[in-house]
Amino acid sequence: MKKALLILLSLLLIASFVLVSCQKKEEPAAEEMTEKAADDPYAEVRGTVVTMSGPFTDNDALKFDESIKSFEEMTGIDIQYEGSKEFEASIGIAIEGGNPPDIVDFPQPGLLKNFVQKGYVIDLNKTLDMDKVKSNYIESWLDMATMDSPDGKIMAGIWGRVNGKSLVWYNKKEFDAAGYEVPETWEELVELQNTIVSDGDAAWAVGIESGAATGWAMTDWVEEMMLRTTSLENYDKWVEGELKFDSPEVRKAIQTVADIWFADGMVYGGRKSIATTSFGDAPKVMFEKPPKAWLHKQGNFITSFFPDNTVAGVDYDFFYLPSVDPAYGRPVLVAGDIYAMFNDRPEVRMVMQYFATGASVEGWVKVGGAISPHKDSELSWYTNEVDRKVAEVIQNATSVRFDGSDLMPGAVGAGSFWKEMTAYVSGSKSLDEALKAIDQSWPQ
Amino acid sequence: MPGTDANLFPVFRRFSMSGNIDSNWNPFALAGLVVLTAVVLVGGFILLQTVQAYKVLMTVFAVVWGLLSTALLFFVLNAVAENIPRKIRSVSVAVVFAGPAVILLFWALVIPTLRTLRLSFMGAYAREYVGFSNYEFAFTDPIMLESFRNNLLWMIFGTSFCVIMGLVIAVLADKSSREKVFKSLIFMPMAISFVGAGVIWKFMYAYKGEGINVTEIGLLNAIVVAFGGEAQAWLLIPFWNNFFLIAIMIWLQTGYAMVIMSSAIKAIPGEINEAARVDGANSFIIFSRITVPYIMPTIITVTTTILIFSLKLFDIVRVMTGGNFGTNVIANEFYLRQFTYGNSGQASAIAIILLVVIVPVLLYNLKEFRRRRVLK
Repeated sequence: MKKALLILLSLLLIASFVLVSCQKKEEPAAEEMTEKAADDPYAEVRGTVVTMSGPFTDNDALKFDESIKSFEEMTGIDIQYEGSKEFEASIGIAIEGGNPPDIVDFPQPGLLKNFVQKGYVIDLNKTLDMDKVKSNYIESWLDMATMDSPDGKIMAGIWGRVNGKSLVWYNKKEFDAAGYEVPETWEELVELQNTIVSDGDAAWAVGIESGAATGWAMTDWVEEMMLRTTSLENYDKWVEGELKFDSPEVRKAIQTVADIWFADGMVYGGRKSIATTSFGDAPKVMFEKPPKAWLHKQGNFITSFFPDNTVAGVDYDFFYLPSVDPAYGRPVLVAGDIYAMFNDRPEVRMVMQYFATGASVEGWVKVGGAISPHKDSELSWYTNEVDRKVAEVIQNATSVRFDGSDLMPGAVGAGSFWKEMTAYVSGSKSLDEALKAIDQSWPQ
Repeated sequence: MPGTDANLFPVFRRFSMSGNIDSNWNPFALAGLVVLTAVVLVGGFILLQTVQAYKVLMTVFAVVWGLLSTALLFFVLNAVAENIPRKIRSVSVAVVFAGPAVILLFWALVIPTLRTLRLSFMGAYAREYVGFSNYEFAFTDPIMLESFRNNLLWMIFGTSFCVIMGLVIAVLADKSSREKVFKSLIFMPMAISFVGAGVIWKFMYAYKGEGINVTEIGLLNAIVVAFGGEAQAWLLIPFWNNFFLIAIMIWLQTGYAMVIMSSAIKAIPGEINEAARVDGANSFIIFSRITVPYIMPTIITVTTTILIFSLKLFDIVRVMTGGNFGTNVIANEFYLRQFTYGNSGQASAIAIILLVVIVPVLLYNLKEFRRRRVLK
């Protein structure tokens, strides 16, 4: 019996020794390195690991890894990015369980705001070289990263990659063949719509179904119209909850959307099909032969849902959704990924500082699919015609505003706003009922 | 066990005969061993917590350390238990072997439940106590009331359809010559995950709209149109869309009810049926007077299982409608409150309500289970 015990104990001891010795082995190696390259500015962080969590999977994850490779080689920091499609749910468990990744990549600032309010997020004002950061972003982005924590306002994150949303996509070949022209003003757009309808087709392809997130595509439309039919101050107040949904301004914006969506023959499939068509399937009818619908408003990410053999700039192109009232300029609705810091270590600071530079997305920009919000990035990086045009649209904007539903508290921005708009579109609720329900759901 | 074997495997002897044989451990050696075990346990834990690199190596270590230290823990605890005076030994051995399991259960089940209960009286960010306002929300909010109504629909119609159809099919298949074929066909959906079933049924109910250039691809709409009807957006029809979703659960769960009840029917002694037939009973009387009463305990177990299941229902609704169009259920609303809206107070209140509703069903099921054990 004692023999068995001895064997057991010795096995455990051996296992621990193996581990301890493995650990020891690395350390002298690192020390040697410092001696060899005394002027290596990254000696301190070489061999360290920074964990990240976010929604990038599949292609996006590969592109992200690709674009940070040179930084990893230069500094010796290993950035381990763990992407998940159920990111929104899993990140809460990790953070509230007291085991957050070092850096979290939030596609929705509203979700980050929740964690800032609970006091989990590290203030970048105190940890990064903010002069460098501030000089590399336009004011709008910095404002959008400033959030309320229990200790007052903090800089909660930095913007890594952005998307433009105010874009109307069309099937370029067929569009040109049919003799349609890209509209520059709202009147021209209305005229184009009517021409398409009188030619016997539906003008717009619209779908807002998205599983548990059904309705977000509708909220994008409402935000576009908020930017185009009322002032920026009102938009900001609306996002903050100071301007009610049940107000003339918001009603007017929704009415502008409804005028297009609910008009006879304007949308492919009619009003009821909007709520049952997936946002990714919606644009596909534009590429059928002959096209069944001609226009589709969506962010630049939608191109990955287009049929495989289509080429940017040849088979499809986009135009800027014109302003309704010229008094409100050329606003652009954007979305993007904000990186927030949850553990404060030298190597994490270094990685965050790096994400505040255009170099961090250069690789991604070059292969397509990302727009850089950084001032030090160059238009020549965009090898893809469409991406460059999106970047231009954002640069030429008179104002940039973030997707409002992503900024509102989760209960509204990812809850009642989506749900009630869906109920309104599907016809199960009147606009009055829907707006009152949203106002009621706003957290006190 | 012959003596030679017992000598070869001293560990077995110790475990199997701990009641008869006094321990031959030196108290000091034993104390040392206890300390050593504690060091191995705590040390391994600390090591795993601090060393995060070398993932593969750490995983291997975690497995080896986990298994061996558990064995060591039980071995040492058993040795300790044997050193305890005979009078209270039976109690101490029970504590040694059931204790860790009870502690784990306490840690993983009781503490989280109590914590949820506490959170349910606190605000969205668990900073202050808000009294019963979360429960007030849960019982007055229109969305919650809608969810309660829908869960009731799921419980009543989902459960009864599953059980009744399962029973009828089990009885009918029992008499059929192609029993195996029918039963496998009905049982097959059980192998499909709920999310997978959701995707399949999305095609069933697909609706592409109306107007120019539209072609329907949904099966149900194809049938309706073939008979001259008009295509419908099935999942948007208020109230009735709940039944279209319940149909999915019936499709998935009837097989489960059928298989269990079928095996219970097979266990009915043939003599009883024969005797009834000799007495002039027809098939219907045999079914209602013999089959159903005989398999009643099974019917109850199946019913309560599916009942609990329909109370907790989440996947189908989330995949098919996301809780929109008046199809929300309690579990989905809980998920949304906790993970999307970040309101742990309201979410906890909903979870507690769900627990309170499920517990009586669970207790009844357990009681029934135990009773049957005793009977057989």
